[in-house]
Amino acid sequence: LMTAKSLASKETVNGRCWFYSDDDDGISVYLNRELHAMNTVVAQLQTQFQDYLVSLYQQGFLDNQFTELRKLQDEGTPDFVAEVVSLFFDDCSKLINSMSRSLERPENVDFKQVDSGVHQLKGSSSSVGARRVKNVCISFKECCDVQNREGCLRCLQQVDYEYKMLKTKLQDLFNLEKQIVQAGGAIPQHFPSYTILRPDIRPCLDA
Amino acid sequence: MMEVCNCIEPQWPADELLMKYQYISDFFIAVAYFSIPLELIYFVKKSAVFPYRWVLVQFGAFIVLCGATHLINLWTFTTHSRTVALVMTTAKVLTAVVSCATALMLVHIIPDLLSVKTRELFLKNKAAELDREMGLIRTQEETGRHVRMLTHEIRSTLDRHTILKTTLVELGRTLALEECALWMPTRTGLELQLSYTLRQQHPVEYTVPIQLPVINQVFGTSRAVKISPNSPVARLRPVSGKYLLGEVVAVRVPLLHLSNFQINDWPELSTKRYALMVLMLPSDSARQWHVHELELVEVVADQVAVALSHAAILEESMRARDLLMEQNVALDIARREAETAIRARNDFLAVMNHEMRTPMHAIIALSSLLQETELTPEQRLMVETVLKSSSLLATLMNDVLDLSRLEDGSLQLELGTFNLHTLFREVLNLIKPIAVVKKLPITLNLAPDLPEFVVGDEKRLMQIILNIVGNAVKFSKQGSISVTALVTKSDNRAPPDFFVVPTGSHFYLRVKVKDLGAGINPQDIPKLFTKFAQTQSLATRSSGGSGLGLAISKRFVNLMEGNIWIESEGVGKGCTAIFDVKLGISNESKQSGIPKVPANPQHVNFAGLKVLVMDENGVSRMVTKGLLVHLGCEVTTVSSSEECLRVVSHEHRVVFMDVCTPGVENYQIALRIHEKFTKRHQRPLLVALTGNTDKSTKERCMSFGLDGVLLKPVSLDNMRNVLSDLLEHRVLYEAM
Repeated sequence: LMTAKSLASKETVNGRCWFYSDDDDGISVYLNRELHAMNTVVAQLQTQFQDYLVSLYQQGFLDNQFTELRKLQDEGTPDFVAEVVSLFFDDCSKLINSMSRSLERPENVDFKQVDSGVHQLKGSSSSVGARRVKNVCISFKECCDVQNREGCLRCLQQVDYEYKMLKTKLQDLFNLEKQIVQAGGAIPQHFPSYTILRPDIRPCLDA
Repeated sequence: MMEVCNCIEPQWPADELLMKYQYISDFFIAVAYFSIPLELIYFVKKSAVFPYRWVLVQFGAFIVLCGATHLINLWTFTTHSRTVALVMTTAKVLTAVVSCATALMLVHIIPDLLSVKTRELFLKNKAAELDREMGLIRTQEETGRHVRMLTHEIRSTLDRHTILKTTLVELGRTLALEECALWMPTRTGLELQLSYTLRQQHPVEYTVPIQLPVINQVFGTSRAVKISPNSPVARLRPVSGKYLLGEVVAVRVPLLHLSNFQINDWPELSTKRYALMVLMLPSDSARQWHVHELELVEVVADQVAVALSHAAILEESMRARDLLMEQNVALDIARREAETAIRARNDFLAVMNHEMRTPMHAIIALSSLLQETELTPEQRLMVETVLKSSSLLATLMNDVLDLSRLEDGSLQLELGTFNLHTLFREVLNLIKPIAVVKKLPITLNLAPDLPEFVVGDEKRLMQIILNIVGNAVKFSKQGSISVTALVTKSDNRAPPDFFVVPTGSHFYLRVKVKDLGAGINPQDIPKLFTKFAQTQSLATRSSGGSGLGLAISKRFVNLMEGNIWIESEGVGKGCTAIFDVKLGISNESKQSGIPKVPANPQHVNFAGLKVLVMDENGVSRMVTKGLLVHLGCEVTTVSSSEECLRVVSHEHRVVFMDVCTPGVENYQIALRIHEKFTKRHQRPLLVALTGNTDKSTKERCMSFGLDGVLLKPVSLDNMRNVLSDLLEHRVLYEAM
């Protein structure tokens, strides 16, 4: 093994640096290492992803409807959740803007418009499973019903805060997803249509 | 009779004595003559049968008249009157008549009487004959009874000794024998050994050679043969000076083997082994062997043969059964030991597996990391060595584990659905760097009809493909490598002992990896797949590895009900590795344009079901659309009631309308749709999606002619159930 040949070329492939030696065992080593590395990285990322997702549920940011939404995502529609969620956030920002305009002047508040906005927001948030946002919408609606401008303003602020917070969180989640996919792993789901992981694949290269 | 004289003169005074005597004689004659018929009558009356009464009467009359005549004669000795003479004459005349008649009658009668006598004699003879015959039958019947009893006794036991003993005892009793003995052939078959006797309790164990003429004589016939009391087989007891030894009879008893029994026919005497039964009548008894006794003996001998065979069969089967039981017990123990061993081994492996892998991974990971840092050449060399060795060790460990589990069949495939195309691309991505560096172009060809989503063991399939492709890369110094994957049909040059039969939801994947590298000597090909064997071809190969790779691949391929083989034209001419494996076709195909068929137990197929979704809220509209698309429907979305009315057509089976927005106009839609579609079957089903399900909402929906209400947000399962219910029953009123 200790031959001059072993000090072979240093190559850069796929942006990664590795040392290729001419003998055949080098191939086993390489593959083992790659797979192992890949598996480790993927495993780590996947654990991270799952933990993060679970924490989002636990902290009340998301509820069951988000799970249902994830169920609708598959190989044919790989970005479904992201699209719906981004639409939701767009909607949120638009509605919040319009509601804030309505609530601007204390003497001329168009509660009807605010009410319809809140209704929309509630509907959207319950469709995507944004639990906190939905809960705020409920109290918002109550304030609106009694035409409490102060209350409405407070709720509006809270809604704004909540949706932005959720946006950040979901962004992180999607980033993690992307990283997993890039590392060659699969997004952990709870459904049999995705295989979880391949930590034990070993290349057997000796004939 | 005296002559009647009718002279009036007295007779000459003859002798008075003479006259007196005549007188007396006549008197007695008359008496006799009168008494004879009386006697006749008396005795005839007494007897029951007498066919000749008429004759008797005649005879009686004759006698009576004769008597009367003689009586009347008494008066004619002296002077008598004319009346007496008349009476006398009458009497005589009558007598004459009757006697003539009787004489005539007797001519007929006497031959008859004589013939009666003949018949009587004949009958007597017959009776004697019948008596004799009856005696014979009785004897035979008794013999038969004896035989039955003997047979019963003999056959009531399956124990050989009991059978034989009983035979001798019963025979001795039935025939009142003095001695009865049984000679059995020895193991060598050259001698007869005295095995059983009746009287002697412990027979002296002595033998006679089997080739004696008397024995041959007895063995030659199935009948009982009388033999001399002095022959060796009959000389059982010391001759104690008896005057006359009783007659001796010997009969053969066939010893039947199991193989002699056919189903339906009595075994012919093809058997060679006989035993000899010797029966001796009591000495000094002058008894002879009667025929029926001989027959009895023959029958008994046959029965004994049968009984002995039964006993032999039973012994045999008992022995076989005992043997089998022993074997069973031994096998059971062996099996349990083997199971324990396997379990112990598996436990050991499981533990060691984890224990060994953890440090191994650590070594490999850290060595790899180390390798990428700045190192001096010596250090790099060392690190590389460490990495190589530990990598090989890890591979070896895993292989051995896999192989041992494969060997005893405890390895099972982990089936799941995966993307086949992606798998191939992954493998190639892994191998590409090496191939690029070695300047071996790799191409991947996937057949167009290759299914994308399949069911199988993804891990192991990847392992197999990696192995094969890796080998191709490893053993090629130049040339290109091509990987082809296709669906194989049954006639595709498979090795002759393997036939591919595609079944409904499965298919056979064929992967061909062709390289132009070192090639393999065709003679070495069979050895490739045996574990631990490695082809040492020339100096290009460095030894390393355990040779398990292909062996394991072959086992995995076999587990997947497939086959793997290598074709090579020789050293230096490259080689092609081909394998077939059986994979299932997954239900889930997600290409655009191909509607998804959900794998749910409800068979309702929503593929291509046209639905219309009306929702003013963009987000919830998108979610509902996603839901329905996931279920395979073709969804059109509208955001307002007007648009809905414009777009709705009879092609849409269901219209989902959101009625959350406060206001009644939403429900108007339903009415307008009802108006638009007058015929019921053309009208699409109307379902309201609402945020609250209180009674008023439901009632309102019903009053506006909607077919169902759903609570938002709808889960996937809910939507599926609802759709199938709706399509089945055309109505759905459920609050969720």
